[in-house]
Amino acid sequence: MTTYNVRRTLPLRVEAVRQFRRRRTLVAFGILLVLPWVLMLAFKLGGDPGPDGVPSLVGVATSSALNFALFALFAATGFLLVVAVALFCGDTVASEAGWSSLRYLLAAPVPRARLLRQKLVVALSYAVVAVVSLPLMSLVAGTVGFGWGDIELPTGGTVPVGTALGRMAIIIGYSLVAQLVVAALAFLLSVTTDSPLGAVGGAVGLVIVSNILDAVTALGSWRDFLPTHWMYAWMDALQPQIQWTGMAKGAAISLAYAVILFALAFRRFRTRDIVS
Amino acid sequence: MRVAGAVRARWGRTGRAVRWTAGGAAAVLLAGGAAFGLTAGDAPRVQASDQLISVVDGPGNDQRVTLDTTFYRPVGRARGPAVMLAHGFGGSKRDVAGEARGLARAGYAVLAWSARGFGRSGGEIALNSPDYEVKDTRQLIDWLAKRPEVVLDGPGDPRVGMAGQSYGGAITLLTAGYDRRVDAIAPQITWHSLPDALFPSATGAGPADGVFKKLWTGLFFTSSAGRTACGRFLPSLCDMYQEVAEKGRPTESAISTLRRSSPASVTDRIKVPTLLVQGQSDSLFPLDQADANARAIAAGGAPVSVVWFQGGHDGGDPETARVEGLVRDFFDARLRHTSAPSPDGFTVTRAGGLDSATQEIVVGEATTSRYPGLSGDPVAMPLSGGEQTIFNPAGGSPASISAMPGLGALGSLGSLGGAGSPAGSLPTDMPGQTAAFDTRPLDHPVRLTGAATVRLKVRGDGPLFAKLYDVAPDGSTIPARRLAAPFRVSGEDVTVTLPAMDYRFDRGHRLRLVIATTDMGFATPAKPSSYKVQVMSPLSVPTVPSLATAAPPLPTWVWVLPVVALAVAAAILVPGRRRRAAETDSDVPLEISGLTKAYKNGHLAVADLSFRVEKGQVLGLLGPNGAGKTTTLRMLMGLIHPDSGEIRIFGHRVTPGAPVLSRLGSFVEGPGFLPHLSGRDNLDLYWRATGRPSDEAHLDEALEIADLGSALDRAVRTYSQGMRQRLAIAQAMLGLPDLLVLDEPTNGLDPPQIREMREVLVRYAAAGRTVIVSSHLLAEVEQTCTHAVVMAGGRRVAAGPVSEIVGSGRRLEDAFLELIGEAP
Repeated sequence: MTTYNVRRTLPLRVEAVRQFRRRRTLVAFGILLVLPWVLMLAFKLGGDPGPDGVPSLVGVATSSALNFALFALFAATGFLLVVAVALFCGDTVASEAGWSSLRYLLAAPVPRARLLRQKLVVALSYAVVAVVSLPLMSLVAGTVGFGWGDIELPTGGTVPVGTALGRMAIIIGYSLVAQLVVAALAFLLSVTTDSPLGAVGGAVGLVIVSNILDAVTALGSWRDFLPTHWMYAWMDALQPQIQWTGMAKGAAISLAYAVILFALAFRRFRTRDIVS
Repeated sequence: MRVAGAVRARWGRTGRAVRWTAGGAAAVLLAGGAAFGLTAGDAPRVQASDQLISVVDGPGNDQRVTLDTTFYRPVGRARGPAVMLAHGFGGSKRDVAGEARGLARAGYAVLAWSARGFGRSGGEIALNSPDYEVKDTRQLIDWLAKRPEVVLDGPGDPRVGMAGQSYGGAITLLTAGYDRRVDAIAPQITWHSLPDALFPSATGAGPADGVFKKLWTGLFFTSSAGRTACGRFLPSLCDMYQEVAEKGRPTESAISTLRRSSPASVTDRIKVPTLLVQGQSDSLFPLDQADANARAIAAGGAPVSVVWFQGGHDGGDPETARVEGLVRDFFDARLRHTSAPSPDGFTVTRAGGLDSATQEIVVGEATTSRYPGLSGDPVAMPLSGGEQTIFNPAGGSPASISAMPGLGALGSLGSLGGAGSPAGSLPTDMPGQTAAFDTRPLDHPVRLTGAATVRLKVRGDGPLFAKLYDVAPDGSTIPARRLAAPFRVSGEDVTVTLPAMDYRFDRGHRLRLVIATTDMGFATPAKPSSYKVQVMSPLSVPTVPSLATAAPPLPTWVWVLPVVALAVAAAILVPGRRRRAAETDSDVPLEISGLTKAYKNGHLAVADLSFRVEKGQVLGLLGPNGAGKTTTLRMLMGLIHPDSGEIRIFGHRVTPGAPVLSRLGSFVEGPGFLPHLSGRDNLDLYWRATGRPSDEAHLDEALEIADLGSALDRAVRTYSQGMRQRLAIAQAMLGLPDLLVLDEPTNGLDPPQIREMREVLVRYAAAGRTVIVSSHLLAEVEQTCTHAVVMAGGRRVAAGPVSEIVGSGRRLEDAFLELIGEAP
């Protein structure tokens, strides 16, 4: 018998290295890290946005680094972060199938559940780093462009820096939880199809469909159960008193969907014939 | 215990449809989001019957009037306590149908009626006069006492509660004052003293010296105008209004008439539990009217609870579900004697912020166990600003705007402290008409709950209006509530009570007292004049620190859904786990028995295949395209699940990820590499993925076979087909596996490399290992292999040493063609 040990197969570090040198990883991070600087320059060149009547984050984007980071997050939540998360989680298995390397990993052998688990952990870690890197880089860019100071709330009033950093952590944490449903959906598609583009595009497409349904107010309270309905609930942390209800609902929805989608992914991969 | 009860009550209150929706949504989620189309369950049917009830009223008990009524039978029980629901001014019994059905479903017998002068009832409006409307409702109680569905406390004495809004709220108080049979009342947004409400005076001077609330009074008396100027009002009341409105001041007789129509005349006689619900957006019957009712009734010893909600006559969030729920809880406690809420509690609903998902304002409840009145725990705040001169414009125009019907909706937005909110952008005060006095910026947030007071020195003659504003650090100013407290200057030194409200002033903000000469809602003199205004005392700001906001309750599904999802996920994952039977090692590298696989499209790829490979053999797996060779090899690698039969490698059954696969090196259906990594990195990472120690890899030997030279450190995507092929074979040989399976290994290799490969394989097997080569290049098999298995149509058609299969004097090609020709 060989020195084979299941628990040593496909270590996280190996999977991380395998994924890191890919162009799509570097491009995704590049966009997320450059975007804050582009936004900062845009505000610098375009001048103060000025109030336009309706309270919004863009109106106060340039008042401090924290405000700027919040605006960057607001601008990215709906699509950019969705694409980034879907990219890392949707591509991970499907691209291996596309390269035919999946079958050699499985015959190494890396047991299927373990392969999925390790890949999921690495993909989620990359997604987390991606989601976190945007506001962090925005803080840097914002400090350079607009200085460090209290958060000015769009509804009026300010939050001192000490509290604001805590709020920022809550906001980023909630954003991560809210994106979990996107990650799970992309991951399920990733084990279902051999085309990475199909998995990523499918997940982004379903998010778009969910957003469209969310715009149909006639659906009433049914919309509460759409996976993307609560994506912006982190804005509730930007009020004089934090409103937890929306974030609690959003987290419950996202976790519930994610758990089931992940389970389906594992189930599907366990019984699937690998023909790629 | 109380929390759990509250949650239950709220769940009960949300209504069946909502519950179904939440439950249904959970079910949908379980079904993978597929099953839409659940419909709300049918609420139990409420039996309602309309009837006209004749009553006799008037000062001489000689006027016959028919009242249009609807009786709702209690659902689910034969008898229940009765609730009489009165409607608001200008409405009819239809307005309360929804609430009536809700109460009937909760087990109450409900009587809704159109008051005299409204809807299809006869008679004329007498403004809840004891001679008319009160007599009517007492006769309705007589009628209820005869209903078999109504629980009786004694002969002719039904157990009955009364609820109503505004005009309908006043009748509940008046009836309770005149009729001892009423057991509990829940008046909402109603008045205590009609003359004080219509001719208010913030100095407490009384209606004779009050300021005429012309806009609201006009709406009150002329809303049903049609055939006559005041519609269905008693002619005497109409005349009274017209005289008062023309003068802008009340007459003595008007004050006494209005006072008879006011609960103020009977509150000392009300001895039953009372729930007073008053609106924070109400300039017609402001919070002080409920305060006066509460104090007067509590003085008589009856338990009183007070609720301030967001709505009111000016608009704002009606909070219908919350108010109806509170009223139902109150009746449950008072008429049914279920677990009672605090008998003298105080509840304030507060706008907590925007819900970003719905863009709606979140309203929470703050409660305390005792109603503190309007001047609890005052904080003194010095005001800056010296004597100021302000002017009343000629003609009283332009007038500043504080409250207006419908403007209340903006008030709750303003209470978020929104400098950019639309409430702040409406014109409110006119230049030259206002004096302003500011506090210092607040060190910490202050929640004003009650009515602030201030002492002023005013020189001048006429009405003035005191208001409270919230000034943000950036200077933006919004009304704390859109309410004004009018007073008439009488003597120099006056103590002014500002409008009662519940409002949070944020840290860094200032409170601003504004004294204006005009207000759109009130009658002001046409004569131009000037006033000199000076503050004589700090602003006394009442607070109620004991008011605590419970976090808005989360719907149950927030907790239930993830738990259910976890259970579903477990249910998805648990079945299908196979237990591995005990296995023993054997020396046979490969043994396939009865292997069968049909693809989903019905194609039978492998049928009942059996063969065995011994140590040291180089086995050729032969067959035409579609013979099932690759499918067999895939099953051998654990990639495809066989339908039946089994594969054993060294005695261990092959399943996906079986540890024994680590003794198998494979190259099947082309190479599979990460194109962005170099050949060396690919092999290195592949070996590390197997989790085995690097000294077992024999990387150098494998690299020698790959023979890539300097290309080894280039990205694989730059490789030619042959280079990838060699790298893949090298990968298969990593760790020198005991069983090596190669599928078409010489594809893309040039003749020298083919020859070299052949030698490698022979040497490999000679070392006691086993090699399986699948190929359709017969010459190559003939030269390399010791044994062969020939497949066709998924079946084995021959197996054995190559020499046996070929026979004597033939080439393998002939034998092969003959064999597959025989295949079925």
